Amino acid sequence: MKFTLSWLKEHLDTTASIDEITYALTDLGLEVEGVEDRGAKLADFTLGYVQSAEKHPDADRLQICQVDTDEGVQQIICGAPNARQGITVVVAKPGVYVPGIDTTIGVGKIRGVESFGMMASERELELSEEHDGIIELPSGNVGDRFIDWLAENDPAKVDPVIEIAITPNRPDALGVRGIARDLAARGLGTLKQRDVPAVEGQFPCPISVSIDEDTLDQCPVFYGRVIRGVKNGPSPAWLQDKLRAIGLRPISFLVDVTNFFTYDRNRPLHVFDADKVAGNSLRIHRAKGGETLMGLDDKEYTFSEGMTLISDAEKVESIAGVMGGAESGCSMDTVNVFVEAAYFDPVRTAYTGRALKINSDARYRFERGIDPEWTPYAIEHATQMILDIAGGEASEVVVAGKVPDYSRAYKLDAARVQSLVGMTISESEQRKTLTALGFRLEGDMAHVPSWRPDVQGEADLVEEVARIASLTKLEGRPLPRLTAGVPKPVLSPMQRREAIARRACAALGYNECVSYSFIDQPSAALFGGGTDDTRLENPISADMSHMRPSLLPALLQAAARNQARGFPDMALFEVGPVFTGGEPGDQHLQISGLLTGSTGPKDVHGASRPVDVFDVKADIEAVLSAIGAPAKVQINRNGADWFHPGRHGQICLGPKKVLGVFGEIHPRVLAAMDMKGPAMGFTIWPAEVPLPRKAGSTRPALNVSALQAVERDFAFVVDADVDALTLVNAAMGADKALIDDVRVFDEFIGGALGEGKKSLALTVRMQPSDKTLKDADIEAVSAKVIDKVTKASGGVLRG
Amino acid sequence: MDDLKAKYLGQIAGAADEAALEDIRLTAVGKKGEVALKMRELGRMTPEERQTVGPALNALKDEINSAIAAKKAALGDAALDERLRSEWLDVTLPTRATRQGTIHPVSQVTEEVTAIFAELGFSVAEGPRIDTDWYNFDALNIPGHHPARAEMDTFYMARAEGDDRPPHVLRTHTSPVQIRTMEAEGAPLRIICPGGVYRADYDQTHTPMFHQVEGLAIDKDISMANLKWTLEEFFSAFFEVEGIKTRFRASHFPFTEPSAEVDIQCSWVDGQLRIGEGDGWMEVLGSGMVHPKVLQAGGIDPNEWQGFAFGMGIDRIAMLKYGIPDLRAFFDSDLRWLRHYGFASLDQPTLHGGLSR
Repeated sequence: MKFTLSWLKEHLDTTASIDEITYALTDLGLEVEGVEDRGAKLADFTLGYVQSAEKHPDADRLQICQVDTDEGVQQIICGAPNARQGITVVVAKPGVYVPGIDTTIGVGKIRGVESFGMMASERELELSEEHDGIIELPSGNVGDRFIDWLAENDPAKVDPVIEIAITPNRPDALGVRGIARDLAARGLGTLKQRDVPAVEGQFPCPISVSIDEDTLDQCPVFYGRVIRGVKNGPSPAWLQDKLRAIGLRPISFLVDVTNFFTYDRNRPLHVFDADKVAGNSLRIHRAKGGETLMGLDDKEYTFSEGMTLISDAEKVESIAGVMGGAESGCSMDTVNVFVEAAYFDPVRTAYTGRALKINSDARYRFERGIDPEWTPYAIEHATQMILDIAGGEASEVVVAGKVPDYSRAYKLDAARVQSLVGMTISESEQRKTLTALGFRLEGDMAHVPSWRPDVQGEADLVEEVARIASLTKLEGRPLPRLTAGVPKPVLSPMQRREAIARRACAALGYNECVSYSFIDQPSAALFGGGTDDTRLENPISADMSHMRPSLLPALLQAAARNQARGFPDMALFEVGPVFTGGEPGDQHLQISGLLTGSTGPKDVHGASRPVDVFDVKADIEAVLSAIGAPAKVQINRNGADWFHPGRHGQICLGPKKVLGVFGEIHPRVLAAMDMKGPAMGFTIWPAEVPLPRKAGSTRPALNVSALQAVERDFAFVVDADVDALTLVNAAMGADKALIDDVRVFDEFIGGALGEGKKSLALTVRMQPSDKTLKDADIEAVSAKVIDKVTKASGGVLRG
Repeated sequence: MDDLKAKYLGQIAGAADEAALEDIRLTAVGKKGEVALKMRELGRMTPEERQTVGPALNALKDEINSAIAAKKAALGDAALDERLRSEWLDVTLPTRATRQGTIHPVSQVTEEVTAIFAELGFSVAEGPRIDTDWYNFDALNIPGHHPARAEMDTFYMARAEGDDRPPHVLRTHTSPVQIRTMEAEGAPLRIICPGGVYRADYDQTHTPMFHQVEGLAIDKDISMANLKWTLEEFFSAFFEVEGIKTRFRASHFPFTEPSAEVDIQCSWVDGQLRIGEGDGWMEVLGSGMVHPKVLQAGGIDPNEWQGFAFGMGIDRIAMLKYGIPDLRAFFDSDLRWLRHYGFASLDQPTLHGGLSR
């Protein structure tokens, strides 16, 4: 919302400075977004006096003028028809920037004659569209600054334009008067009386108006009247200046009147060319669906059922509260005008505007809510202005429906205001504030003014009192602790687990990424998503069309981008939600890591090597351990098909309880994502990891044996597809009391063993607890180990 | 006897290596060595002679043995010194590479915020990012036609044909978590709700996903003055600058009343932002007293309870605190950025140890 200082002062009698006003506005909740000092760009222009003017020898239309300036008499060549001796002009000396022509004036020769500057037109100074001649001032002294002259003689042209942000609850501040009322309530002046008397109708209104019975809730009231014999044309300069200052283009006087009241009073109006209203009747009705209209913006609109329309005897003429039609609008030739002031329902207007994608000043205001009770006054104000400037004769006012009664009152609880705000504001001060804002107080009931549709309860009264009192004055007061003493921990076990997992990954050398929750459909589809369940209705781009089913695709895309930037080795991870469907319950937390390239850059120690599956296996085990997963797990295959079929494992507790998965990413997936592989990934579902059962912090007692442990090595030849874990588990089971640990320390495939065979070597550590092991004991356990392992693996002890 | 002693001690001193020493040991004090032979002669001596010669021979044997041990140690030391002289390494060579992991600023700052509010008794509430329009809008006093809905640039989930429910939304703020937590836990309540939120906007300063932390405190007599204190305490702790001032400006949010936008004190010195000093103000936060309708939607009686709520951008306060220039880079996963702006795994923010290094 923009307005000029002088416009504000038409409603507010104040001596406050611009700084005081803008500070108060922001503090009141009408946040100032900018103040445009329109004089700034004219600061270098000065007044001059044309001492003489004679025709240029080589050009019929050019005059050689001798102009008295603050730097003496200068020769200026001028092409304006009104350039002549004896006028006071506005001079741009060499070096001055002229905004309207986007040029800095230099010294130049025009048809062979030197010129030392320019005399400016209004358009060249962006003061108006006027360019028939240079500015002639009726007063002023040579050398005076032009802005000083303007400030004195025509302040509206240079007074500051203030732009404020309007929160959706303050439609009243979409009119200059509403802003003035807030400032007056704050004590920055008094609101001026601006009422006009009703204009007596000279004849019955020739156009009749009706509202369909089923449309009364969409348009409760409609006022109109014809003014005949008007002379339309460009608006007077003061009106054009006002509109132009706030960024509106003057169109014609009759149209400008509607724009003026839109901004002056938050009161959109519409003007029809009365001669174009077929059948001399207007009817407000619900659209049947399928009707069309060419709007004032020269676009054709098609209506759906229920939209509020205004039609004459033949066809639709206007989209109520949103936009008028091109055909029945006023033109420069209009002599008989029909003025409309109506009240349209905010919800319906918002719906229609959104559906038709029309963002008009009218829609913006009707959907926020205008003052319904001012409707009859609006028509009188507009009539008076039209009669004053365009002449003509007004008919009687025609009314359909009646002004809706939204009157309501809420209890002002002065103590509660203080309790909520935490400021001392006396009851009398509170009542004074509300009264200044237009509330009517009866006892402790505050009756809401008709221009404040946002006030819907006692809490709104608190807000009004607080903002006028100024929250800047609020003093902080300590928030008492809920309980005395040492604060309790606040994180849930899962929240703690998430934080630990994150730091565990970083400790393992992974860089944390935060990726968008939505990705492109093809990438989502590669990871089991990309279906309509997770599709966004209005994605910002095709790259972000579906909720991610997994963290891995975004990590792979990030890896590809980093590869393209020349960083081939990386470890990336993310902790965040993934989505298996489009319902609130379909969200799951994942932890994923991605490794690609080498373990590091090539080095003198020859330690750098390509990353492999056992790197991510080590990392997933470390992270699982950090978040408290049990050490004893199974590793199953048959994981998701975005992993290499032979190079991945699912870490499980039982056949259905998958804690995580690790492996090499399927080469086809890498190719589809334009990533150079191989790449290793892991994913953990932290919610699947069981929470510890015990409640206390006591650890079980440490049992250490004083007796020496014994290690024995075994090698077994098994089929190549037998899992090492099978052998380890079998060996562990050979004597649960004695065998402390089993480690695989060698694997040898093929060779002399023959096709499809491998040798696995195990170290079995035996820890006696009550007596030292004798050879016979060791032999007995060894025999059990061999027996268990060969049975479980189908292999033989290697001889 | 003295000759014997002189001979062997001389030989021991001159031995070149351990093998020569061993030869000397065998010749001198071995089972068939010269000293042993002399011992055998003791039997033929008179008791008087035996009393003097016996101990002397034993002493000689001990002396030779310790001389050999000492020489052996000396030879070992010399050999070690010699070996070490050849074992010179260029220790300026680089090491085997280890990766340095990092924590993303969003995670780090979320932990910082959590640490501060935990101290004030706020726990951490979370909720779904896809939510119903009721939780995201209606429950927060934003009815269907409210202009704020259109202004929020909401992402909607697609609805299958025949599913006539209003479309779910990607939450535009973490406020739905406030409602869900009020429903679940009732009053009194103190929570913060950090997490990702979504708005359909992408330009220099907006990304379609960003992070918010909202706070909610409900009790019998909580006021805006408590809110101001809480926020000033928070900002001072977070920015690690004593006594940061805030300025409350009246504003409007559908879910709070009265509502205030909150500025923090700052200044610009040579293009550098300094928080907590000077007389400039920067808007960082929206807040207010929870609207009675919102309390009602959360199942809390507004006649009995009242409270404040606030919300701010995690990414934004991270940018302000750590001087990170571009929001979009947060979500680009550029390794250079992650390493430069990320945090070490051990830099866990705590109040007792400090939030940042």
